[in-house]
Order: sequence, then C-alpha cells, then structure tokens
Amino acid sequence: MSARVDRSRLPAPGAVKPFAFPAVDKSALPNGLRVWSVRHAAVPVVSLMVLVGRGAADDPPGRDGLAALTADMLDEGSRGRSAIEVHEALARIGGHLETDIGPDGTALTVSTLSRFLGRALDLLADMVARPSLTEGDFARVRQLRLHRLRQLRDVPGAVAERAFARLLYGDDPYGHTPVGSERTVERIESDDVRRFHAAMFEPSSAVLLAVGDCEHDAIVRLAGETFAGWTAAAPAPAPVAAPPAAPARLNVLARPGAPQSELRIGHIGVARNTPDYHALVAANMVLGGQFVSRLNLNLRQDKGYTYGARTRFDFRRRPGPFAVQVGVHTAATAHAVSECLREIREIRGPRPIARDELALAVAALTEGYARNFETAEQIARAATEIALYDLPDDYFAQFPPAVERITADEATSAAARHLHPDRLTTLVVGDVEAIRADLAGLDLGEPVVLSPEAF
Amino acid sequence: MNIPFVKRALDNGLEVLLHEDHDCPIVAVNIWYHVGSKNERPGHTGFAHLFEHLMFEGSEHYDRDYFHPLQGAGAALNGSTNADRTNYWEVVPTAALELALWMESDRMGYLLPALTPAKFSNQRDVVLNERRQNYENRPYGLASMAMLAALFPPDHPYHWPTIGETADLRVADLDEVQAFFRRYYHPANASLALAGDIDAEEALALVGAYFGEIPPGPPVAPVRAEASRSREARLSLEDRVELPRLYLAWPTPPMFAPGDAELDLAADVLANGRASRLHRRLVYDERIATDVSAAQSSREIGSFLQIAATAAPGRTLAELERAIAEEVARLAESGPTDEEIDRGRVQAEAHFTFRLQTVGGFGGKSDQLNAYNVFLGDPGFFDEDLGRYQRATKRSLQDAVAPLVDPARRVALSVVPQGRLDLAVPDSTPAVVS
Repeated sequence: MSARVDRSRLPAPGAVKPFAFPAVDKSALPNGLRVWSVRHAAVPVVSLMVLVGRGAADDPPGRDGLAALTADMLDEGSRGRSAIEVHEALARIGGHLETDIGPDGTALTVSTLSRFLGRALDLLADMVARPSLTEGDFARVRQLRLHRLRQLRDVPGAVAERAFARLLYGDDPYGHTPVGSERTVERIESDDVRRFHAAMFEPSSAVLLAVGDCEHDAIVRLAGETFAGWTAAAPAPAPVAAPPAAPARLNVLARPGAPQSELRIGHIGVARNTPDYHALVAANMVLGGQFVSRLNLNLRQDKGYTYGARTRFDFRRRPGPFAVQVGVHTAATAHAVSECLREIREIRGPRPIARDELALAVAALTEGYARNFETAEQIARAATEIALYDLPDDYFAQFPPAVERITADEATSAAARHLHPDRLTTLVVGDVEAIRADLAGLDLGEPVVLSPEAF
Repeated sequence: MNIPFVKRALDNGLEVLLHEDHDCPIVAVNIWYHVGSKNERPGHTGFAHLFEHLMFEGSEHYDRDYFHPLQGAGAALNGSTNADRTNYWEVVPTAALELALWMESDRMGYLLPALTPAKFSNQRDVVLNERRQNYENRPYGLASMAMLAALFPPDHPYHWPTIGETADLRVADLDEVQAFFRRYYHPANASLALAGDIDAEEALALVGAYFGEIPPGPPVAPVRAEASRSREARLSLEDRVELPRLYLAWPTPPMFAPGDAELDLAADVLANGRASRLHRRLVYDERIATDVSAAQSSREIGSFLQIAATAAPGRTLAELERAIAEEVARLAESGPTDEEIDRGRVQAEAHFTFRLQTVGGFGGKSDQLNAYNVFLGDPGFFDEDLGRYQRATKRSLQDAVAPLVDPARRVALSVVPQGRLDLAVPDSTPAVVS
C-alpha cells in the first residue's frame, strides 16, 4: 500500500452494491386477520406486531384521546391475568412491549428472543383480542393519563403540536393529537373504551406481522390457534372529514420567561397516495428534511438560532400537515419566522432546487437505503407502511429507482404545487411579551392569542 | 454469544478493531477518543462537547461541513460526548468506506488549521441553543446538573455537566481549546472499530494508509478521583413543572467493577417496568406517584444509582421518600426473589441479543467493541459482560444494595413548581444551578 494518501480530494465512492430487499410472505386466517412475515434470521430475535388501521382519527367527537387510551388499556390484564401478571409474563420471556398510535393506525409490538415466540404471540393475542378492560384498571389508567396531560402543559413541543393540529384542522378528525386533552379525557368512560375496542380491534381490519428468526408456516399455524376466538366485525365507517379551518396567519401562545420559542409554520398538505410522493420527498429533503437542508443550514449553522430545524410532509390516508418544526432562541424568534417563510417562498421557483442540491438529497435517500433494514424492528416498521397504505409488495425495491428518476425541475414544480405561502399559518409558543414588537414587524397581521386551556 | 473481531495497533498507537458481517452491504466506522468532560477542569468546562460539534465543521483538506459528502454518499452519521469518552461514527454503503476513512483521518490529523474563530463562535452558539432546548426549556431539565453537582464534589471531574457551564462556554478561549485538541484527539488516545461488509485484512490496510501518517500525541494520564458521602445532601429546585418530583441518588462502584451489574439488576427489580416493586407499590397500589424510574448510571471512574418518582397531585414527596427508602431497605434485607433473579437473567440475555442486530450507530457492534476496548483493553468482553449479569445471585445483589440503606450516603433532590419550595422534602436547601 502506498505510503501517503491523496488528500487533495475526496475519494469517490464506488457503485452501491445490490441489496435484496426482504420479501414479505402473506397469508390470511379464516377470521380475516392477515398474517405477514419476513424471515430475517441473523440474530435469534423476533418482533411480533399487530397493526390495525384505526387510530386517533377514529376518536368520536368530544372524545379526543379515546383511541390512545384504549391502546393503553390493552396490556392491563386479560384472561384472568391482572395487569401486573401480564407484565410479569412478558418479563419472564425478556419481552419488550411497545404501543404506537398515530392518526391512521395503532400498533402493538412484542419483541423477544425467538425461542419464546409462541408465548409472545399468545401474550400479544391476549392483549389485542381479549383484554379485560375492567372498570378499576380503567380508572387508574385514565387518572395516569390525566396526570401526564397535566405535565405536558410544560413541554413546549407538546403544546405546539396540540395547538397546531387544532389550528390547521379545526373539528376535523385530524384536529387533535392522539393523547387528547384534559378536557376530553376527563369525559371518557370505561364503556367508551369497550365500545371502541369492539368496533376498531377486529381481525378483518388488522395485520399480524412477524419479523425475525421465524418461519411463515409456523407463524400462520400459531396465529390460527391463538387468534381463533377473535371474531370479525363489520369494519367501522371511516372518519368523516370536516370543512377546512381558516386559521389566522399568526398565532401566539404565551410561556412567560421561556428561553426558546417553539415554532410551527405550515398548512394542510397531501395524502400518501399523491402522484407527487417521490418528488415531494426529494423536495422536502432539500428544504428541511436533513442536516444539510436549506432551512437547517440557514437557522442552525449560518445564524446559530437553533439546535435543529426541519420540515416535513406528513403523508396520511387523507391529507396530513406540511410543517416547519423548530425551537429557536427567544430573541431570534421573529427573524427565524421570517427566514422560514422566505425559504418556503424561494424553493417554489425564485430559488429553484439546483441539480447538485437534488443529487445530494437523492443520494442521502437512496445510497444508504439498506441501512433501514438491519433490525427486525426496522423491517417491521417499514412493512407497516405497506399495510397501512396498500402499497405494492415491491415497494422497497422500487423506492430508490423512483427517487433517482426525479429531476430538479420536477422537484421544484412539486414544491410549487404543494407549498402555498398565502395559506401558511404560523404558531409561536414562547415568551410572547418579550418579542411582541418584533412579531409586529413581521407584517403577518394582528396575532391571535391562544390560551392553553382551549386545547 | 460474542462479537468476533481482529485487533491490531498501528505504530502511532491507534488501536484498530475489525468485525466482519456481510448481512447488509454497509460498514460502520466508529471511533472513540478517550476524552470526555472528566478531562476538563473547573472554569474550563464544555470543551469536549464543543469539539464534538467542531469536528463536523471541516478540516484542512476538506474545509466544509462534514455532513455534505457523507450524507451524499448515503451515510448516517453522528457523534456524542459524555463524561468519559467521545465517539464519532458513520454507517456507509460498502463502497464508501474509503470516503469515511479519509474524512475520519483528516479530522483527527488536520482539524486545527481549519478551526477559525468564526466557526468556534458559531458552534458555541449552537451549543448554547442545545443547552436551552435540552435542559433549560424542558421540565425537570436542570435536575441532572443539580444532582451531579451534589453527588460529586467541586474538584471531582463528574461534578460539572458534559455540555459545560454557560459562563465557561462564553469565555472559552480559542487557544486553550486548540491545546485541548492537541492533547487528546490523536491516534495514541483513540480506538477505531470497523464492523460490517469488509474484509478484515483489506480494511486494515486501508486504515493503515489513512491513519498511519498521523503522529501520536502526548500520552494521556488516567483521571482518578473518589466520591463518597458522609452526610446526606437534601436539595430543592424550582422549575416550570406541574407536579413535584423527587430524585434520590447514591455514588456507586464504577462501570464493570464488582457490584455494578448487581446494581443494574437492582434498579430493574426496583423500578423497571410494570412488574417492578416501586411501580407496583407507588403507581399501581398506593397511587402516590404518576411514574417512577431507577437506573445505575455506570461511568468509568464512579457511577451513581438514581431513583426518581413524580408525586401524584395532592401527594407529597415526603411520602415518596419514605416508601422508596422502605423498598430499598427491604431489597437489601431480604434480597430479590428467585423469580426476579430469573427474569433479570432472561432480560439481560434479550438485551444483549437485540444489540447484536446492528453494526453501527450508538450501541451497535462497532460501538460496543470500542467501549470494551477503551474501558477495559479487551474488545472481546461481550460474553464476559453478559456473564456478570448471569452470575449475579441473591447474595451479591443484597451486598450491592446494602450501602444504599444509610441515608448519609445519598442526595435527595426535590424539583418543585415555581414558588412551591414548601413541597420539597423536609430540611432541603435550594440548589444553585447556572
């Protein structure tokens, strides 16, 4: 090997090696439960997930937080086992339980050593299909949820998320965060939970996903046994959209003395099935989807206003939000808002996406794609996207070429089509008094003052 | 269970660990510098963490931010600093390995020429923002700083937080910071681990080419310090919180020392998950807490075990203190049950096994190899490490917990809503946090 290395330029990476994306084996049980599995046997672990296509958007009006509370009740005992006993059984197999809830879906995942697969599957089925949902457990869990909501009053990000959802969506089912609010959770009763569970957690709306050191036929057989008593119900009707809200351009929520302002700037975006999906993913990377994005390099690296800024299109079953999310030093709030608005305006055309910007974004999305498929949990999470949005089986394999085909012009046009500066609403959660004059200088009109109790 | 590896040292002292795993066409490049905030001194804190930031801002032969070319090659990358060490890592597609090695070696050997006052000042601002976001603008965010300052005396290197004191950061001088770099960020104070789709011998040759030319720096003397308490410290802190929270912490044996694994297991028995003793008593049965946690924070020259519980509305921190003290004493007196020991063993096995799934990132195989190498000189310690947990007995756990029974050895910190110092446990004095 030569003694000195050439430091006059960076070595050019070679071509990306072909990578076989994991195949998903699919079956269905007589009761309608889809059973999918992915064999990934490098390490003797398995992740078992039940995913239902029901989530916070299915909360009945005035019962924000019901879906999340129901999901939280599932591990509180079943079949003669108390909540403590369920968790002891889980601990005995070194099992790890995670509950995830979003607007469009809920997932319960048990990860364990593969030799305990059978027991883990039984526990998961107990939780999903036959939870006890007792009055006493409900009272305790609801009380804990109320305590948690009370604590969230002081978490600026949580306050911002809740207020912003309401601003953008009003009474629409997407107008609240899954955790709900103190006002709505106080009114939820155990009967609500039982009804919600019966309506939403039924096999024909659900997928059992097994990823790891497992065999498809064995999973189907075990699932057939343990989910046998789970009877199908007619799928509950889809949530009904509400007419769009018309929020003011500038909204403020006071946190006196806060060292940082939590900002959300955005509007309602697009649904997952938009034909512009790949172009928008690429455009968003350039705007604020990675460290070397326009917004982050501007606000963090160039101006030192923040620890990190990002933008995101939330692609949901129905159009989800587009939003800037950033926490900035209080004194820099107005400048930061102004910069965000400018970046959004400019990427639509005045300063279009350059070829090298796009190349960087595309490379970041595609060259390291294999990294996303190392662990059983990563693969399971990726497969939930296929399940929730009815994506084709070869979705993973098609993603890199689809993104690579996007041109800089196409990415800019997609940004122009789906970013609407005149529809942007800005929310500032912070020391509003201290920056009142600066905010007036933004020329966004009289700010609407929000009170935390309203959410 | 283990992580097979090859270990070599270059002439300049750089230790190189190589692990082959061809499941995914990716390679994890992970470097540890054996420097953390414990290598700083009072009045000059925050340097190691500041360097973590500066290391991404460009080097002599690539004077632009490091994210561009690496993300452009499909890499994930990050770094972290703690009290004991600093790590940097990338996970790259196989064909970008040379790029990663070029850049890691350039920022090791050629950083200072590119370190300008403007970059320094800018990253200092970013760090001040990070401090605001993660500590000052977060409920209970300052508790950890108050706790460290109380557990470890002012001249103990764990006394100050890794992110540094704001006052120190504001007056930090570029010359001093550069001297810090020269002292600690060089091959003889570093361990480089490559894990993934590599051929060990070929990869080693590449490492030799890129890193071999960098001269070693001065040997780094190990930091030594002791911490113990003779008298309980009872402190209070006002914060923007709705519910008061009690933190109880004790200095405990260092990482890997006898008792360390036992205390990790004891923390699980006490408060990890719904089946744990404190959760059961405080949250489930008596309902005097909304949440409770316990952890053995293992560090190189001394650890601490911390239990934290948030009071349910209307309940007092004094109640929590009494209940927690009772459970700790009960565990010391009668030990864990057989069931708890068995669960601890299976959970340890599961935990170690899950971590084998990933080559890179925080806690991946490359990171683990480096941890064992830097702290113990033995990259192959994985199986032995799991063995520490499997070999714990009722007796050894009791022995580890016994010193926690005497309140003289602990710190009690009450974090209360603004204006409610009356909610702190009795006999508390206000803590001072910058």
